[in-house]
Amino acid sequence: MRVGSRGQSNAMRRGWWSLVALTSAVGLAGTLSLGAPVAQAQEAVKVGILHSLSGTMAISEAPIKEVVLMALEEINAAGGVLGRKVEAVIEDPASNWDLFAEKAKKLLQEDKVATVFGCWTSVSRKSVLPVFERLNGLLFYPVQYEGEECSKNVVYTGATINQQATPAVDYLMGSEGGNKKRFYLIGTDYVYPRTTNKILRLYLQQKGVKASDIQEEYTPFHHQDYQTIVGKIKSFCAGGDAAVINTINGDSNVPFFKELANQGVTAESCPSISFSFAEVELQTLDVKPLAGHMASWNYYMSLKTPQNLQWIKAYKAWCAKQNIPDKQCVTDDPMMHAYLHVKLWAKAVEKAGSTDVDKVLKALEGLELDSPVGKYKVDEKNHHTWKPVYIGKIREDGQFDVVWKTKEWVAPEPWSDLTYPGRACDWSGDGKGSFDTVDGKRVWLSDKK
Amino acid sequence: MRTFVLLLLTACLVGSTYGVQPSAAAPPTALVMALTSATGQRAALVQMRDLVDPTLKPVLQALKEGALYLWQGETLLILTDAGTLVDLTDRPLLDSAGQPFLPTDNLEQVDLAQENMPLVQRALESLDLFGADLAKRRSIALRWGNLPDLTLLPLLEKAEGREAETNVKAVIAETIQKLRLLDPNPQVRQQAITFFGATQAESALSRLRDLRDTERDTHVQASIAEAIQRIETYLQMRNAVAYVFNGLSLASILLIMSLGLAITFGLMGIINMAHGEMLMLGSYTAYVVQEFFATRLAGYQDSYFLVALPLSILVVGVVGIILERGLLRLLYGRPLESLLVTWGLGLMLQQGARLYFGDQTSVNPPTWLRGGWEMMPGLILPYSRLLIIGLSLGCLLVIYWLLYRSNTGLKLRAVMQNRDMAACMGIASQKVDTLTFALGAALAGLAGCALSLIGTVDPEVGKTYIVDSFMVVVLGGVGKLLGTVLASFGVGMSNKLLEPAIGGTAAAVYAKVGILVLVILFLQLKPTGLFPAKERLATGAVR
Repeated sequence: MRVGSRGQSNAMRRGWWSLVALTSAVGLAGTLSLGAPVAQAQEAVKVGILHSLSGTMAISEAPIKEVVLMALEEINAAGGVLGRKVEAVIEDPASNWDLFAEKAKKLLQEDKVATVFGCWTSVSRKSVLPVFERLNGLLFYPVQYEGEECSKNVVYTGATINQQATPAVDYLMGSEGGNKKRFYLIGTDYVYPRTTNKILRLYLQQKGVKASDIQEEYTPFHHQDYQTIVGKIKSFCAGGDAAVINTINGDSNVPFFKELANQGVTAESCPSISFSFAEVELQTLDVKPLAGHMASWNYYMSLKTPQNLQWIKAYKAWCAKQNIPDKQCVTDDPMMHAYLHVKLWAKAVEKAGSTDVDKVLKALEGLELDSPVGKYKVDEKNHHTWKPVYIGKIREDGQFDVVWKTKEWVAPEPWSDLTYPGRACDWSGDGKGSFDTVDGKRVWLSDKK
Repeated sequence: MRTFVLLLLTACLVGSTYGVQPSAAAPPTALVMALTSATGQRAALVQMRDLVDPTLKPVLQALKEGALYLWQGETLLILTDAGTLVDLTDRPLLDSAGQPFLPTDNLEQVDLAQENMPLVQRALESLDLFGADLAKRRSIALRWGNLPDLTLLPLLEKAEGREAETNVKAVIAETIQKLRLLDPNPQVRQQAITFFGATQAESALSRLRDLRDTERDTHVQASIAEAIQRIETYLQMRNAVAYVFNGLSLASILLIMSLGLAITFGLMGIINMAHGEMLMLGSYTAYVVQEFFATRLAGYQDSYFLVALPLSILVVGVVGIILERGLLRLLYGRPLESLLVTWGLGLMLQQGARLYFGDQTSVNPPTWLRGGWEMMPGLILPYSRLLIIGLSLGCLLVIYWLLYRSNTGLKLRAVMQNRDMAACMGIASQKVDTLTFALGAALAGLAGCALSLIGTVDPEVGKTYIVDSFMVVVLGGVGKLLGTVLASFGVGMSNKLLEPAIGGTAAAVYAKVGILVLVILFLQLKPTGLFPAKERLATGAVR
C-alpha cells in the first residue's frame, strides 16, 4: 500500500472520490426532478380494495375486486371524481383476519386512500373496525351480515338480518315455502352465523316453533368432511316439515353441497336455504343435483330488468378483456352491492365537493342511485341501504329462479328488536350512532362507555 | 255465446298451427287476457293449472319473472333476455321500418299479485307433471306430496293413470296416499296409514306424527302407532349402517393419505413436511386433465378421471424423484434440517400453485361417479367414496405385494435395514432410496387425485391432511405398514362413531378434539405406537 503525500492511502483516496461522485449524482438527480415540469395538473384520487384474493374466502371475494375495478374504470371514463382520475390500490389479506387489519392500516396511513372498498366475513370487518375508527377512514362493506353494529366509519351496503334472514324464514313457514315447522341451522363457527342463528332462534320461537324443533350445528372454516352432518340432516328431514338454513361461508360450501348431492338429499325431501352461497359459488359445483335448493338475496343474475341486462353485458365484456373464462363470469348480490357502492361513493364525493370522510358521509344520507333492481337508496340515518328481498331456487343452468319476493323494499334495521328491543342507530345531524330509548329519551351507547 | 266464440277461436288457432309456422303456437286468448285483470287473475290461473296446455308456458313463465307487459291495453308482450319485446307466439314486435321496437308509453307491466304466486308455480308444475322429462315429473310429484292441497288430487290421479315409468309411478302413488291421510273418511285414512307402515316410508313420518295428535278414531289411532313404530325401528338400523360406512370411508381416506408417508417417514425416516403438497399436486393434476378434456376433448369429458388417476401417480412420482435426487439426498441423517427444508419447500409449492392456478378451481366428478348406490331406502352410499375405499384397498395390496413379495421390495427392505451391508451385497442403495421416495410421493399424488372428488381443490388442501397423516403413521408405529392400516381404521371409525355420540352444536370439532386426546393418551402408554419398529431406521444408520 503506497502512502500518499498527505498520509492518505490509495484506497482511502479512491473511497473519497467515489463519495464525491455519488453525492453529485444524487444532487443532480434531485435538481432535475425539481426542475421537471409537473406532468398532471391534479393528482389522482386513491381508493383501496381490501378483499381476499387467496385462501378460503377467495372463491367468494375475488370477483368483487373485478366489479370494483370495472366501476372505477367507468367513473374514470366519465371524467373521474372532481375532475381527478381514481386509482385503485389493491391489497390481498389472504383470508387472514389479522392481515386485514394490517393492510387496512397500510392503506389508510401509507397510501392515504380516500376510501376503502372491502371485507366479506364479519370477523374481517370486526378486525379492521378499530383501525378505521381510530384513523377516521371510510369503509364500504358490500356483504350481508348479522347487524349489531353501526360504526360511523362504515357504510353497510349489504343486507341486515331483517333484509335477508327473517324474510327467508317467513317464506319457509308460509304455504309457498312448504309450511316448514322444523329447522336445522348449520353454519361456520364465527360471529356471523352464531349471531344470525341466535336471532333466528328467537324469531322462530316467537312464531311458534318449539325449541326441540330447532337444531344448530357449526363447523370450522375450511371444514371438509360433512358425512355425519349430512346424515343428521337427512334424519332430521325425515321427520318431515323440515328445512335447512345454511350460513356456511367460503369454500366449505363445496364439500357440503357435494355431500348433499352424493347422499341423495334433494330439495324436495330436504330444502336448504343459504345466506352466503350465490351464483359465484354455484358455478364451481355440479348444479343438477342441487336444483331446487334456495338462497335469499337482494339480487339475482336472472332478474330481467333492462338495467340488469345492461350491467351483465358490461361485466361480460370486462371478463373477456381480463381473460376470465365465461363459466366463471357470473354476477351475484355482493358484487352488485360492491359495484353500486363505488358509484354511490363517487356521487357523494361530487355532491360534497370533496373526498373528506365526514363530508362524504353527510352527502351519502338519503342518496339515491339507479340499480339493476330499481331505485337504490341509502338510509338517511343509519349508514345502511334499503333493499328488496327475493327468494331464489337453483335452476339446472346454474341460475336462480325467483319464487318469492317481499311486497315492498325493506328498511334496514342494524339492531334486531328481538335481541336489543328499542335500540336503533342515527348518525344524521347531531346523532352519535347507536342509541337506546329510555323513558322517551335517547341514550347514546357511546356516552355510556 | 262466449264459449262458442272461444271454441271457434281455439279451433282457428289449432287449424293455423298446421300451416307453415315459424313461431310458437298461440295460447287461448281470452284466458290469457284474464291474467291482466286484478280480479280475474286467480280464476284464470286455476283454470290454466287444470288445463295443462303447453302453449301457456311462455306466458306463465313471463308472468312469474315480471317480464309480461300489456301494450295499448290490448296486446300482451313478453320481454326477452335480449331486451326485445315479442308477442305470445314468439314473433318480435317491429315498427313500420321492420326494426325491433321498444315502445316507451302505453306499456304496462302485468303485475302478479303476491297471493297468486303459488298458483303460477302450480300451473307451471302441472305442465312438467305431464311433460316428457322423467326427473321433473318425479320431483313435482314429491313436491306436491308436501303441500297440503287436496285440490291437486284429481290431477295427480290422472298423472298416475298415464305414467309409464315404474319408479315415478311409485312416487305419485305415495304422494296420493300422503294427501289421502287428510281425507275426511276414516277408512281411506286407515288404508293410507297401512300403506306407509308396510313400505316403511320415512317421508310419511312427520305426517303420521301430526295425525297421531289429531286423530279421534281409535282403530286409526292404533294403526298409526304401529306404522310409526315400524318406520322408526327401520331408521335406527339404517343409521347404524350409515355410521359404519362413514367410519370406513374416513378410514380409507386416512389410509390412502398415510401410506405414502408410512413409506417415506416410516421406512426411510425422512420427515417430509411437503407430503401434503405432493397430495395437492395430485389434485391439481386431476384439475388440469379435467380442463384439458373440457376444452379439447369435450366429447370424452367423462373419461377424464381414467386419465387423471395414472397421470397423477406418474407426475408426482417424477416430482418425488427430482426432490430426492436434488434436495433430500443432501439431508440424510439430519432430521431437523430435512424438516425445515421440506416445510419451506411445501410453502413454495403452495404459493406456486396459488400464483398459477388461483383460488377458484374446482373438480367435478365424472357423471358415472356422481350419486350413489341406494343400499336401502334412504341410505345412499356415494360412488366416489366407494371408489376411494376400493382404491385404498388396492393400493394396500399392491404395496404389500411390492414390499414383501417382490425382488424390488426385498432390496428396499434390505437397504432400509442396513444400508452399508446391502451396498456390500451389490444393491444400488442410492437408486433404491430414490425409488422408495418416489413411491411414497406417487401414493400421495394418487390420494390427491382421489380426494378431489369429494373435497375442494385449492393450494391449502395439503395442510388439511398433513397433520392427520403424521398422526396415523406415528400411532401405528413407524416402520410397520400393518400399524398404519390399523391406526387409520381405528382413528377413522372412532371419529365417525364419536361424532353422533357427542352430538351438540359443534360435534365435528369436539369429535376431532376427542380423537386427539385419545391419541395423546395412547402414545403416553405406548410411545412407539401400535407396532414398534424393530429395524434400524435410515436416520440412525451411518452413511
